[in-house]
Amino acid sequence: MPSNKSVSDAPISQFTNCRILREHTLQREDLWVREGKILDPEKLFFDEQGYADQQVDCEASIIAPGFIDVQINGGYGVDFSQPSEDVTAGVSLVAKKILEHGVTSFCPTLVTSPPAVYHKVLPQIKVHDGGPHGAGFLGFHLEGPFISLEKKGAHPERYLRTFRSGGIEDLMEAYGSLDNVAMVTLAPELPRSQSVVRELCQRGITVSLGHSVANLSQAEDAVQHGASFITHLFNAMLPFHHRDPGIVGLLTSDQIPAGRTVFYGMIADGIHTNPAALRIAHRAHPSGLVLVTDAITAMGLPPGHHTLGQQVIEIQGLHAYVTGTKTLSGSIATMDMCVQHFKQASGCSVEEALEAASLHPAQLLGISHKKGSLDYGADADLVLLDDALNIRATYISGEEVWRKQA
Amino acid sequence: MRLVILDDYDLASEWAAKYIRNRIVEFKPSADRYFTLGLPTGSTPYGCYQKLIEFYRSGDLSFKYVKTFNMDEYVGLPRAHPESYHSYMWNNFFKHIDIDPANAHILDGNAEDLEAECNAYEQKIAAAGGIKLFVGGIGPDGHIAFNEPGSSLVSRTRVKTLAKDTIVANARFFGNNLSKVPTMSLTVGVGTVMDAKEVMILITGAHKAFALYKAIEEGVNHMWTVSAFQQHPHTIFVCDEDATLELRVKTVKYFKGLMHVHNKLVDPVLSIKD
Repeated sequence: MPSNKSVSDAPISQFTNCRILREHTLQREDLWVREGKILDPEKLFFDEQGYADQQVDCEASIIAPGFIDVQINGGYGVDFSQPSEDVTAGVSLVAKKILEHGVTSFCPTLVTSPPAVYHKVLPQIKVHDGGPHGAGFLGFHLEGPFISLEKKGAHPERYLRTFRSGGIEDLMEAYGSLDNVAMVTLAPELPRSQSVVRELCQRGITVSLGHSVANLSQAEDAVQHGASFITHLFNAMLPFHHRDPGIVGLLTSDQIPAGRTVFYGMIADGIHTNPAALRIAHRAHPSGLVLVTDAITAMGLPPGHHTLGQQVIEIQGLHAYVTGTKTLSGSIATMDMCVQHFKQASGCSVEEALEAASLHPAQLLGISHKKGSLDYGADADLVLLDDALNIRATYISGEEVWRKQA
Repeated sequence: MRLVILDDYDLASEWAAKYIRNRIVEFKPSADRYFTLGLPTGSTPYGCYQKLIEFYRSGDLSFKYVKTFNMDEYVGLPRAHPESYHSYMWNNFFKHIDIDPANAHILDGNAEDLEAECNAYEQKIAAAGGIKLFVGGIGPDGHIAFNEPGSSLVSRTRVKTLAKDTIVANARFFGNNLSKVPTMSLTVGVGTVMDAKEVMILITGAHKAFALYKAIEEGVNHMWTVSAFQQHPHTIFVCDEDATLELRVKTVKYFKGLMHVHNKLVDPVLSIKD
């Protein structure tokens, strides 16, 4: 039928024969998209007397908001923390490949690095939307260097830093620029961290606690100053203890300011966290769970030796170790695998599994009005999945950017 | 009148939907010649709408050249409110079929000038060539659309204040909170529906039985406004067994005996595929 829209002439797509994730349930509804955003079809019908220009038969797929990965160090041979002449090319390659895993927006992560690396890398990429070229760039996740020596994990010890003045100067000296930064992971027990936490939050940067030996009250203090995330829960922090739960205790803390949620990243690859621990966290605080891949350079590559930051790592099956040790150095699981594993290990519903990879990270970053949901007005970043949560197709701004070949 | 009695709600809904389908298909609507349909809302016609959607999905029926005019809408309820009649029609019918949005007419209960809105609606109906088939329901108080007891039997589209009975009946859609139910509505008049070439009233459920009795076995009375259709040349009442519970056995037997005649109207069921 010819179009007849008084508000806009842009073409309207109607996704039919699908179940969409809305209001925390899978509903048998069509999804309407115009100009890259989810459209309210009732308003279209009555206000504009408009209808769809094209219909997309989704073959009974589930439609979920596109996944958002807030912790990914590289992949396909690219290491975001390795200084290179063309950082953009590396980020773009990963951005393009992760579309296959349903990721439509991401935060490339830099592990602890010398100032030279940050100063070189950070200014090279501006926050930008995704598209056929790849997932959208939401900003860098800077994991370090203000972290604990004891819990450095795979981070290089010689580049760890502390806060000298507790102000913006510390950040500028280390990073050079905060313009394209979405998140910073730091250890709150470092002296003078509170003012830094506040400084970052004021700039709209999410502060995450991780690679830390903080006790619960230090962690709660940081939250009160604005911290809202925990980097890969359980890993690189003190274990839960019943008299001092440490950072893990934030999941059930009663010191969280009203109206705020503490989110926590989980690497649900079956390796970084025992499924029982995953279940404990999920049951304690289901609405805060954010799936992250923490994927490293080797994700997508065959087994062998590869570089991560300033160190060398070794792939053995689905495990990635710091060469010569048994310290895990990151995961090579993809986001869709994490969603599937999370659902299977926790026994949660399909809706919860999908929201942990979409709605929750969007809420964490404060962008849930346009990402992470299929509400009217949100960006039409979508994943089409089958009932086993395998990705069939990925869309960004209503445009198909990847489809599984039959 | 024809009184078509089916065993249960589902069969009554199916019969009514088939009748509407046959009427549309045999009319052979086209861009020059639209089929005009009057439509109700509420729980009674829900099953009929579901069936019509099925017919559309199977490719046997199209609404491309059908113009619809709903009977009524609440005053002052935001159009996007889940209980508005706009929402009802969108969710239960329009969004599932191929009707052109420009041809789906519903009174605007939020219009600046309600009287002008009502007059304009009458004009739209006239401009469309009048209504071929007006489908309606009946309230427990015997009203058609929101023509509450005491409405003129020659009334036109206008603003009406809802009767207590109606507000109570509708409270279940507003969390059983009487204070949340709208008190006024815009409605087509009894006269407006009487102007239609054909009228089909759907009545199901024991709670409507007394109203049906008043409407067809007692006299024409403005206290039971559906009774006005006793004076319409082509009225069909489609009901289930329960709705006939207050009727005389003689009435029910007579019309049940005519079912073989009535069923010729829906059998064979026509399709646009032919």
